[in-house]
Amino acid sequence: MATASAPFAALEPLLRRHHGRADALIEVLHGAQQCYGHLSDPLLRHVAARLQLPLSRVKGTASFYHLFRFQPPARHRCVVCTGTACQIQGAPALVAAMEEGLGLKLGARRGDGWASLSEVRCLGTCSDAPLVQIDDSIGRQQTVAGLRRWLQELEP
Amino acid sequence: MTGLRCCASAGCLARGSGALMGVLETAISRGELGDQIQLRPVGCLGPCSQGPLLALDPDGDLYAGVDPQDAETLVAALARRLHQSSDQATPLEWAPARGERLDLRAPFFQRQRRIVLEHCGLIDPTDLEQAIAVGAYGQLERVLQSWSPEQVVTELQRSGLRGRGGAGYPTGLKWATVARMPGARKVVVCNADEGDPGAFMDRAVLEGDPHRVLEGMAIAAYAVGADHGFIYIRAEYELAIERLRLAIEQAVDRGRLGAALFGTGFGFTLELRVGAGAYVCGEETALIASIEGKRGTPRPRPPYPAELGVGGRPTLINNVETFANVAPILREGADWFAAIGTAGSSGTKVFSLTGHVRRGGLVEVPMGTSLATVVLEMGEGSPHGSAVKAVQTGGPSGGCVPADRLDTRLDYESLQSLGTIMGSGGMVVLDQNTDMVALAAYFMAFCREESCGKCVPCRAGTVQLHGLLEKILAGQASQADLDQLETLGAMVMDTSLCGLGQSAPKPMLSTLRYFRGDYLARLGAP
Repeated sequence: MATASAPFAALEPLLRRHHGRADALIEVLHGAQQCYGHLSDPLLRHVAARLQLPLSRVKGTASFYHLFRFQPPARHRCVVCTGTACQIQGAPALVAAMEEGLGLKLGARRGDGWASLSEVRCLGTCSDAPLVQIDDSIGRQQTVAGLRRWLQELEP
Repeated sequence: MTGLRCCASAGCLARGSGALMGVLETAISRGELGDQIQLRPVGCLGPCSQGPLLALDPDGDLYAGVDPQDAETLVAALARRLHQSSDQATPLEWAPARGERLDLRAPFFQRQRRIVLEHCGLIDPTDLEQAIAVGAYGQLERVLQSWSPEQVVTELQRSGLRGRGGAGYPTGLKWATVARMPGARKVVVCNADEGDPGAFMDRAVLEGDPHRVLEGMAIAAYAVGADHGFIYIRAEYELAIERLRLAIEQAVDRGRLGAALFGTGFGFTLELRVGAGAYVCGEETALIASIEGKRGTPRPRPPYPAELGVGGRPTLINNVETFANVAPILREGADWFAAIGTAGSSGTKVFSLTGHVRRGGLVEVPMGTSLATVVLEMGEGSPHGSAVKAVQTGGPSGGCVPADRLDTRLDYESLQSLGTIMGSGGMVVLDQNTDMVALAAYFMAFCREESCGKCVPCRAGTVQLHGLLEKILAGQASQADLDQLETLGAMVMDTSLCGLGQSAPKPMLSTLRYFRGDYLARLGAP
């Protein structure tokens, strides 16, 4: 049994709540990512050991789902919604503006961890299409010009 | 009592309704009007494209585009009216500075028939007492005390309710199948993995009236003999997850979920499972794998989940909107429900109306309403003088209905005959400037990304189809490529393992069917 000084102690309450059951793997991975920012190799090994699952099963599951990260989140997380309503109302131009402004391709993260660029398939608030999200702010009915200004204001 | 209902659904919150509620509250308490004006957050009020929305009671007026800076003048106007007369019949002399009072005689409101959404926008979704006051859990109590499980199943069968997740399978028949399965420990699952881009019906229901869904699940559990349930919801819906967690907690505290409900021997426990971003998990066998903590890959059916589901137990899986229909069906009776809509598709359907449309948002209409009514009348057509070219329904698994077929009625069979599907209710309006080949390529890219990789036709087929579409877009394709596109599309449809692959070519084939000209104009190579 892990003690308070053990690695990944913050995960213990969640593990206890699920009684170490293997079917709670995805819930535990969500919790682990929330606590530690990303799913590092030691963290995945810890989860595997505590749920008594092969590491291959834990990694296989984690890598199947888009929302699990295996490296720390970038300082500026830039996201373009490419749901249908956004797509037909300008998302492709916003992706291009992001790529140009950040110097990153869609799906990439800058080596020094300054920014990442990704897409989300529908935020579900389609009346404000097209949408972008930078860190915790959402840009509604986002114009390319406005996005360019926004990107210039990002802290280096 | 004067009431202010402020939309606290994700769309209006993003437009600042949270801040609006904050300043309204301050203004009300500063004017010492707390016991005369009741302010409450509610679920979706409808025309999301005009948010933040605010409804006024008892007038029933709906205001659009209300900013936080309107709070002062609104509360002042309300205070004036409260001083002037004891009856509140005098219309309020107030309008938001940049918004407007909406004309509720407009088709957007008049053409709706709200059954699933009847309490959405009326009650505070975080307050169980308000839900109970409008009848939540009343039908659960009634069936537990005076109905047999068989009677519930029969009532559902007679209602003609069909699955609202897309495929339209008869709900009563599904319940009967699970009920017949042996074993005491069955499972009920609510599919809230609303993955179609451009669709937000289930989000609105869960955010606006979560107890309605929990009650439907508990009634289903009683009918089929289950004691445990899961709600599988996509992680992107943070607010809906928060409201569901709270709703489950409250229902357990008040004895609406848990053991020995309403003094009977029936008990039902419920767990929330949050997805992690995988469209394929909307497919029922993939969803079961994901609930079990595994990669969300589908498996061949049979055995169907009714036989072999979560943890190997017989499992009933229905969509959010399907469960939300259960309580009103039992309250008003199967005959009442069956009389709404069409012979083959009874009841109503909720649609999220978006895209190139003047008035977008959430609408609930009787089945059999024409697309023209929804898009041209209720949605008021495309903005900026442009014309509607087509309407996309069913997301990446659906297709496009061209403008000259908008007289098509919204029911399962009519849409299918046009090569699209009802789907879960996403309805994206496309105007004359929409490039249909680019749209087809967009949906194919989506399916390529979301293919789980288990079966070859889907894994490799979507890559090839997307490549061909890109080639057409680049003006480098020949007639032979177009022929290849169609042959390969048919093959992927026929041979894929699950619904994702089987329907992945649909957006492309449907645009080819109605907008072949768009494709031919792009052919460059001889």
